[in-house]
Amino acid sequence: MLKFPIYMDYHSTTPVDPRVLESMLPYFSGKFGNAASKNHSFGWDADEAISKARAQIAQLIACNPKEVVFTSGATESDNLALKGVAHMYREKGNHIITAVTEHKAILDTAKRLEKEGFEVTYLPVDSDGLINLETLKAAITDQTILISIMLANNEIGVIQPIAEIGQIAKEKGVVFHCDATQGVGKIPVNVDEMGIDLMSFSAHKIYGPKGVGGLYVRRKKPRVRLAAVMDGGGHERGMRSGTLNVPGIVGLGKACEIAEKEMIEEELRLTKMRNKLQDYIMTELDEVYLNGHPENRLAQNLNISFAYVEGESLMMGLKEIALSSGSACTTATLEPSYVLRALGVGSDLAHSSLRFGLGRFTTDEEIDYVGKRVVEAVTRLREMSPLYEMAKEGIDLKSVQWTEH
Amino acid sequence: MSYSKKVIDHYSNPRNMGSFDKGDDEVGTGIVGAPECGDVMKLQLKISGGVIEDARFKTFGCGSAIASSSLATEWVKGKTIDEAFEIKNTEIVTELNLPPVKIHCSVLAEDAIKAAIADYKKKNNEG
Repeated sequence: MLKFPIYMDYHSTTPVDPRVLESMLPYFSGKFGNAASKNHSFGWDADEAISKARAQIAQLIACNPKEVVFTSGATESDNLALKGVAHMYREKGNHIITAVTEHKAILDTAKRLEKEGFEVTYLPVDSDGLINLETLKAAITDQTILISIMLANNEIGVIQPIAEIGQIAKEKGVVFHCDATQGVGKIPVNVDEMGIDLMSFSAHKIYGPKGVGGLYVRRKKPRVRLAAVMDGGGHERGMRSGTLNVPGIVGLGKACEIAEKEMIEEELRLTKMRNKLQDYIMTELDEVYLNGHPENRLAQNLNISFAYVEGESLMMGLKEIALSSGSACTTATLEPSYVLRALGVGSDLAHSSLRFGLGRFTTDEEIDYVGKRVVEAVTRLREMSPLYEMAKEGIDLKSVQWTEH
Repeated sequence: MSYSKKVIDHYSNPRNMGSFDKGDDEVGTGIVGAPECGDVMKLQLKISGGVIEDARFKTFGCGSAIASSSLATEWVKGKTIDEAFEIKNTEIVTELNLPPVKIHCSVLAEDAIKAAIADYKKKNNEG
C-alpha cells in the first residue's frame, strides 16, 4: 500500500531509523550524564557510550576512534576544517583550493576566509560535474595549505575521484579535506586508502538524528592540527569545546554501524530502483536530460531536467511527492542552481530540473507511482508551455529575442 | 513555497489555456519573459470592434506565473482594449495573494496584456 506523501528527498534529510532511535532513548533521561564528568557513574556511562560511537564510526570510515571529533553537523565540521586549517597554518601559506560545486558550507566559509586575506581557487567542473585532476595539480602553489573537495554532490550525486585527489595532495604535502556528508554510509570510505586528512560527515543524512555530526582529523602521517573555532572547556582534543550531545552521538554511532553492515546491499537495491525510474522517465518523455555523470554517481540520486517546463510548477503538480528542484523559484534568490550552472546547464534547463533522492525506505511501488506521476505532470505542463509549442513548431528558442525581466 | 487557494485553483484548473491562430488579424499575441529567467507567458486576445471577445494563454513558469496569466485571460474578456490596458499588476497580486517574491509574475501578466494589445494594434495599423 502506498502511503502519502511519498518522501523522495533523502539528500535533504532522512528519517531516523527505528533501530537508531531505540539506541538513543536510554541517554535522554536515564543515562543522562555528562561524558566529561570523570568522577561518577553517570559520567562513566556517558563516556562509555561515546567511546562505543567513536568505534562504530571508526569502523565505517577505517580510522582510529581517537581521530573523530564530534560536532553539531556537517556545516560545523566544514567550518572547523577550513577555518581550523587556515588559522593554524597561515604562517605556512595562504592559499586554499576548492571547487565551484561544493556545498554552501564550504563556499561561504571560503569566502569569509578570502575576506580575511586568504586566497581561494574555485576549481571548475566539466559537464559531468567532475573536477579535472590536471587543473587541480596546476592550481597548487607553494602557498597552498588546503584542498577541500566533496565526496558526493548533494544535488547531482556525482562522486569525485577522491583517492586520486588524496594522492595529489599527499605528493604536494597539502592537507586534504573532504566534505563526505552525502557519501559516508552510502559508499565505502577508507580515509587511508583515499588519502583524506579531514572529513566532514553528518548523522541526519544516514538515518541518524539532526544536530550531530563529526569531523575526522588525521593524527598520523601527517598529524593535522586545527585552530578551534569555539573557545570553551577544551573537549574533543581541544578542537571542539562544548558538552557532547550524548544521545545524538549514540545515534550517529548506531547509524554508522547499520550503514556499515547494510550499505552494499542497499546500494545495489537503490541502483536498481533509480535506474528503473530513470529509464521509465527517459522512455516516456522526449527532451529530458540527466544532470551529472551517468555512472560516477550515488545510487540514491537522480537529477533530471525536463525541457520546457519549470521546476517549481512541476513540483506543484506533484504535491503528494516530496522532491527538490534546481529552479530559482524554490529559493529566495531567484537564481537557479549554481551546481547545475557550473556544469554548463543553461539557466532554462536548470529551472526545469528535479532532484529525486532515494533512500532506505523507498519502495518499488513508490518508484512506479512517482515515474507515472512525473510523466503525467510534465505532459500536462508541456501542453501549457509556450516554449514546448514553439519548439514543436520548429522555432529555435535560442534565436528568439526574449524580453529579460 | 505555500500558495494561496486561488493560485492552486488556477494552476489546477487553468482558464482559457491554449492558442489562437497567430496569423488571424483579430488576434493580438503577446509573448513576454525569458526561459533563462524561468518564466515565459504567451497571451492572446481575440478582438472585435475594440472589445476583447476571447483570450488564451500558455505559460512556462511557476504556479504563480500560471495563475497570473490564467487570471489575466478571465479579466480581459469582455473589456475594451482601453479597459484591458488599465489592468494593473497590483490588482493581480491582491486577487491571488501573491507573496513579495512572486510579484514579478503579476508584472509579467500585465506586460503580456499590453504586448498582446500592441501586437493587435500593429497588425491593424492602429499603432
